Amino acid sequence: MSASGSVASGVPHLDVDPFAMGFFADPYPTHERLREAGPVVYLDQWNVYGVARYAEVHAVLNDPATFCSSRGVGLSDFKKETPWRPPSLILEADPPAHTRTRAVLSKVLSPTVMKQVRDRFAAAAEERVDVLLEQRSFDAVADLAEAYPLSIFPDALGLKPEGREHLIPYASVVFNAFGPPNELRQEAIARSAPHQAYVAKQCQRENLAPGGFGACIHAQVDEGAITATEAPLLVRSLLSAGLDTTVNGIGAALYCLARFPEQWQRLRADITLARNAFEEAVRFESPVQTFFRTTTREVELSGARIGEGEKVLMFLAAANRDPRRWERPDSYDITRRTSGHVGFGSGIHMCVGQLVARLEGEVMLTALARRVASIEITGEPKRRFNNTLRGLDSLPVTIIPA
Amino acid sequence: MPTISFVHPDSNSEHVEVSDGESAMQAATRHGLDGILAECGGNAMCATCHVYVDDAWVARLPAMAEDEDALLEGAAAERLPNSRLSCQIKITPELDGLVLRLPKRQV
Repeated sequence: MSASGSVASGVPHLDVDPFAMGFFADPYPTHERLREAGPVVYLDQWNVYGVARYAEVHAVLNDPATFCSSRGVGLSDFKKETPWRPPSLILEADPPAHTRTRAVLSKVLSPTVMKQVRDRFAAAAEERVDVLLEQRSFDAVADLAEAYPLSIFPDALGLKPEGREHLIPYASVVFNAFGPPNELRQEAIARSAPHQAYVAKQCQRENLAPGGFGACIHAQVDEGAITATEAPLLVRSLLSAGLDTTVNGIGAALYCLARFPEQWQRLRADITLARNAFEEAVRFESPVQTFFRTTTREVELSGARIGEGEKVLMFLAAANRDPRRWERPDSYDITRRTSGHVGFGSGIHMCVGQLVARLEGEVMLTALARRVASIEITGEPKRRFNNTLRGLDSLPVTIIPA
Repeated sequence: MPTISFVHPDSNSEHVEVSDGESAMQAATRHGLDGILAECGGNAMCATCHVYVDDAWVARLPAMAEDEDALLEGAAAERLPNSRLSCQIKITPELDGLVLRLPKRQV
């Protein structure tokens, strides 16, 4: 336990555990408590500072020199503990090292590249909807939110067909590992060896099909942008963060549109709203709930003094529903101006795959809205518990064709 | 407080007052202007705040960085010699009266 004397006076102490099952089941009352307690809070359970208001979350995200990532973006401080896997060269890095690797992934996942894959992604969405219209009743998580990204993203990366069943379990480990040493994290890491072995192998140049995102990363070695030892770790970033996140993003959009049928009808009336309907679901549900930073110096944040080497937990989901920033924050509104939400983060570490996520979300919701008259939830949705990701394990639905 | 204009594809103009330190994109989204999406919120990642700078103003803007140049290649509407990303145009008093034309589409 860090000495309580190092904790700034005036910073409210809260006894909430934002990594407990009870919290995951319904985080919203606690999010409100965190926001209303003050601009900066201290969580005694894990000895970390927390920010849950939009302004402070945005400020921390946009000051990477003070709130660094190289000491880990989970609770574990890489300066004091050995990371469970070799650190990411982009997520868990600071400038100037980060600037170079980030540029490589930005290039591989650029708007220009999205133009090239758009037709393929859209055709796969239509095919998925063909299947679902045959089924009529299905699990919107397994048969849609997972099945659709699995039908395009591993191919887009250039992965071999064998072993892809490791992808979602691996991502689940990665996102659980950002949390504290609770049961979720410990069990995830304990079972991670086969998933890690699969991922390490797939990241090698010879295992990635030509023309895919993975091969494009390795091609940057020939350009001199990165070294041959760095390339596999950058491919690993796409394997870690490129699939489960979009599964939960698409799942969030489906869950919203099924729960709020008037929004579904608005979308059907104007299909050009599909992209924003997805974006608003990312704000509303915030599939990535939290990330940590570590202070590189003593800093004053909104009147609170935080010492050097302190972990700061950013509640992205709470910021995305902060009434100081958003009108009717608890309403899912597909016409909302969503620009500025922090569901993808903000600043230099803002999700480098955000264009892939939006493209997948847009083409899937477009295909559905064109051909499905209504989506009805036919059973109790089950939640999937993860220290960082928020999403469902199953969502039984029945769709009526248009 | 500088004022800048956005000209819609139908030739209608909207005048927007810019607060200290804001980019053209930030001023546009704060005023709820249609035609600037800014999906990434101003982090130079998405190319959905594309504008065509009025000919009279092109040379008066600071030169673009490499990342802006690369992103513009992926903009949804045609890239022209006067294309810029409005999130990268920081409005200074010298840019009072700046005219930016909006493309037909941002995605």
